[in-house]
Amino acid sequence: MSQNQSEIRYLTPQPVEVKKKKYCRFKKSGIKYVDYKDPEFLKKFVNEQGKILPRRVTGTSLKFQRKVAQAVKRARHLALMPYVTDLLK
Amino acid sequence: MLNQYETVFILTPVLSEAQVKETVDKFRDFLKKNGAEIVHEENWGLKKLAYPIQRKTTGFYQLFEYKGPNDLVLKFEIQLRRDERIIRFLTVKMDKFAIEFSKKKRSIKSEKKAEEV
Repeated sequence: MSQNQSEIRYLTPQPVEVKKKKYCRFKKSGIKYVDYKDPEFLKKFVNEQGKILPRRVTGTSLKFQRKVAQAVKRARHLALMPYVTDLLK
Repeated sequence: MLNQYETVFILTPVLSEAQVKETVDKFRDFLKKNGAEIVHEENWGLKKLAYPIQRKTTGFYQLFEYKGPNDLVLKFEIQLRRDERIIRFLTVKMDKFAIEFSKKKRSIKSEKKAEEV
């Protein structure tokens, strides 16, 4: 029985997903400072509800994720970005 | 110890143009009197707020970039808190990247202006 299970063979090869490699856009384009006064740029790093997107989604490196988070929070304080919302984009 | 700071504050939209100017002048004078060297200032005009503050949906934004001693920020923020025309403010100490960034931004802007003229 057990041998049967281990020897499953497919007629067609299993599709292997080719994932696009994520990259840190700050490192790639050489941005050193994340400006909190530019809400249009920071909108790329939040979802429709205005929540900060995780690193695993945006591909940002840890160093710049911290800076992005700080900038978003500053922008929120100055009412440049909302704390809570719907349909931001 | 001289550091470079950046302060953005929001004024209530009920003020007239002249009153806004007067308020901004008042804070500029305060900074100068207390030994700050103003590097740059920017008036963003009337902007819509992302959420209401004190039941107001718009506000006048004003930015100051200045070099000053570290006890200046404390004094300046007290002044901002006392003034009821100010509905929100934020002071940030600028690191080397921030200074570089704002310098670059300004030089691009001045170039554009020069082209127009």
